[in-house]
Amino acid sequence: MILSGIWEQISTFFVDLWITVSTFFIDFGTDFAHQFYLAFIKDDRYMHLVTGLQNTLIVTFFALLLGVVLGVVVALVRSSWDKNHETMRPGIGKSLLGFFNGLCKVYLTVIRGTPVVVQIMIIFFVIMASSNNKILAGVIAFGINSGAYVAEIIRSGIMSIDGGQMEAGRSLGFNYTQTMIFIILPQAFKNVLPALANEFIVLLKETAVAGYVGLTDLTRGANIIRSITYQSFMPLIGVALIYLAMVMFFTWLVGKLERRLRSSER
Amino acid sequence: MKDNNAMQPVLSENLIEVKDLQKYFKGGEIKALDGINTEIKKGEVVVVIGPSGSGKSTFLRCLNLLEVPTGGQIFFEGVDITDAKTNINLHRQKMGMVFQLFNLFPHMTILRNLTIGPMKLQKKSKEEAEKTAMELLARVGLADRANAYPSQLSGGQKQRIAIVRALCMKPDVMLFDEPTSALDPEMVGEVLEVMRDLAKENMTMIIVTHEMNFAREVASRVIFMDNGMIIEENTPDELFTNPQSERLKNFLSKVL
Ligand SMILES: Nc1ncnc2c1ncn2[C@@H]1O[C@H](COP(=O)(O)OP(=O)(O)O)[C@@H](O)[C@H]1O
Ligand SMILES: [Mg+2]
Repeated sequence: MILSGIWEQISTFFVDLWITVSTFFIDFGTDFAHQFYLAFIKDDRYMHLVTGLQNTLIVTFFALLLGVVLGVVVALVRSSWDKNHETMRPGIGKSLLGFFNGLCKVYLTVIRGTPVVVQIMIIFFVIMASSNNKILAGVIAFGINSGAYVAEIIRSGIMSIDGGQMEAGRSLGFNYTQTMIFIILPQAFKNVLPALANEFIVLLKETAVAGYVGLTDLTRGANIIRSITYQSFMPLIGVALIYLAMVMFFTWLVGKLERRLRSSER
Repeated sequence: MKDNNAMQPVLSENLIEVKDLQKYFKGGEIKALDGINTEIKKGEVVVVIGPSGSGKSTFLRCLNLLEVPTGGQIFFEGVDITDAKTNINLHRQKMGMVFQLFNLFPHMTILRNLTIGPMKLQKKSKEEAEKTAMELLARVGLADRANAYPSQLSGGQKQRIAIVRALCMKPDVMLFDEPTSALDPEMVGEVLEVMRDLAKENMTMIIVTHEMNFAREVASRVIFMDNGMIIEENTPDELFTNPQSERLKNFLSKVL
C-alpha cells in the first residue's frame, strides 16, 4: 500500500517534469523575450534583484568579518587549551583558559547542532525583538553561525603547524601571543585558505534563507518578482545564475591568490 | 678561590648556575633529569655527550625554560629564571637556541627571519636590524640568499641561517641541540665551521652533539650524561683519554 503510493508520487513527479521541460522548449522561442521583459524589465523589476544582491553581499561580507574574528578567538582558546593544559602551571590563568575553552565548546556544539534558519529567526524575533534592523540581524546571525565553522577550520590550521615553530619563536624571546600572531597564525591561515574560501562560498549561499525574517536578499528579490508576475521560471533561474556566477568568480579569485602565496615560497 | 668574599667578581663570571635540576615526565614516571648540578662560565664551550635518552635535550631545553623544570633552580646572569615571577621572555633574548631541525620560519624571507626578533623585541629600526643581519649573513657566506625563502635552501644553509637568527639577538650564550644530526654528511662541515668561528670569538656555548672530534677540538669542558645525571665532566683531553666510570668507557667504546 505505502509502496504503491510512493510509486504513484514518483511517476507523477516525472510526468510533471516532462511536461515542464517540454513546454519550456516548445514555448522557448516565442515566449522567452516576453517572459524576460515581464520578469526583469517592466516597471524596473530588475531593481528587486539589484537591491537583493546588495543586501546579500553586505550581509555576507560583514558576517564573514564577524565570523573570522569570532573564529580566530575561539580557535586560539581551543588550541591553546589543547596544546598547553597538560604542561601549564596550575593557577588563575589555567582556570580562566579552561573556563573559556568550555564556553567555546558549548558555542560550537549549539551553533553546529541547529539549523541556521532557526538561528536567524531566534536572533531576529527573540533576541532583537525590539529592533527592526534586518540587515544587522542577518550579519549577527550569519556571523555567529559561520564563526563556529571558521573556528574549527582555523583550529585545524593551528594544530597542523609543527611544534618547532612555537619553540623557535619562544626561544627568541617572543611571548605566546606574539609567537601566535607573527609566526603561527600567518602559516595556519595560509594552510587553511582554501577551506576558508569554501566557507565564504557556503555563507554566500546560506544567506538565501534571510527571507525568513523579511530581509530582502537576492533570493527574496526573486520571490518578490515571482509574486508580482505569477511566473517562476525567469526570476528563479536568473537568481540561480547570479549565485553561480558569484561562486565561480570567488573560486577563481581564491585559486589565483593561492597560487600567488605558494609561488612566493619557491 | 678560598676566600669567597674576596672572589665575588669571579663568582659573577658564572653565566649559568644549575642547582639540583630535576625534570620528570608523565607524573614522575620518567626521570629525564635527576639532579643536575653545574656552572657555565663566560666564554666556556661546554659539550654535552651521552647515549640517546640520557636527558641531554631536556637539560638544554630546561636552560631556557622551553621545558619547565620539576625541581631545582637555574640562575642565568644571577637571576633565578625558574622563579615563576621572572619574566623568562626577557632572558630568552640573551640565550640563542639552535634546533636539530632548524625551525626557520617558512613564510618569511631569510632576511625577515633574521630581523623579526631584533625589530619586534629589541625595537631596532629596520635599517639597523638589516645591517646587523647582512653582516652576519656575509660571515657565514650566505649574503646572496637574503631574499630567498627557507624552502629554497639546503639543510646546511638552513642551519647556518638558524645560527645567524639566534646571533642577531646578540645573545650571551648559545644553546645547540644536535645541530648537525639532521644533515647530510657533506653539509656537517660547513655548520661546524661556523660554530668553530664562534668558539674562537669566545662566545659562550653549550652544545649537545655526537661529533666527538669536534668536541675534542673546541670544547673547554665535556659533560657526560646518563640516566638524567652528570656522570663525569672534565676537559676533553682528560675525559676522552682517561675516562673514570664504566659507563663512560662503555659509551666511548661505541662512539669512537
Ligand atoms: N615531552 C616528553 N614527554 C615525555 N617524555 C619525554 C619528553 N621529552 C623527553 N622525554 C623522555 O625523557 C628522557 C630524556 O630525553 P631527552 O632529553 O630527549 O634525551 P636525549 O636528548 O639525551 O636523547 C627520555 O626517556 C625521553 O623519552
Ligand atoms: Mg636529544
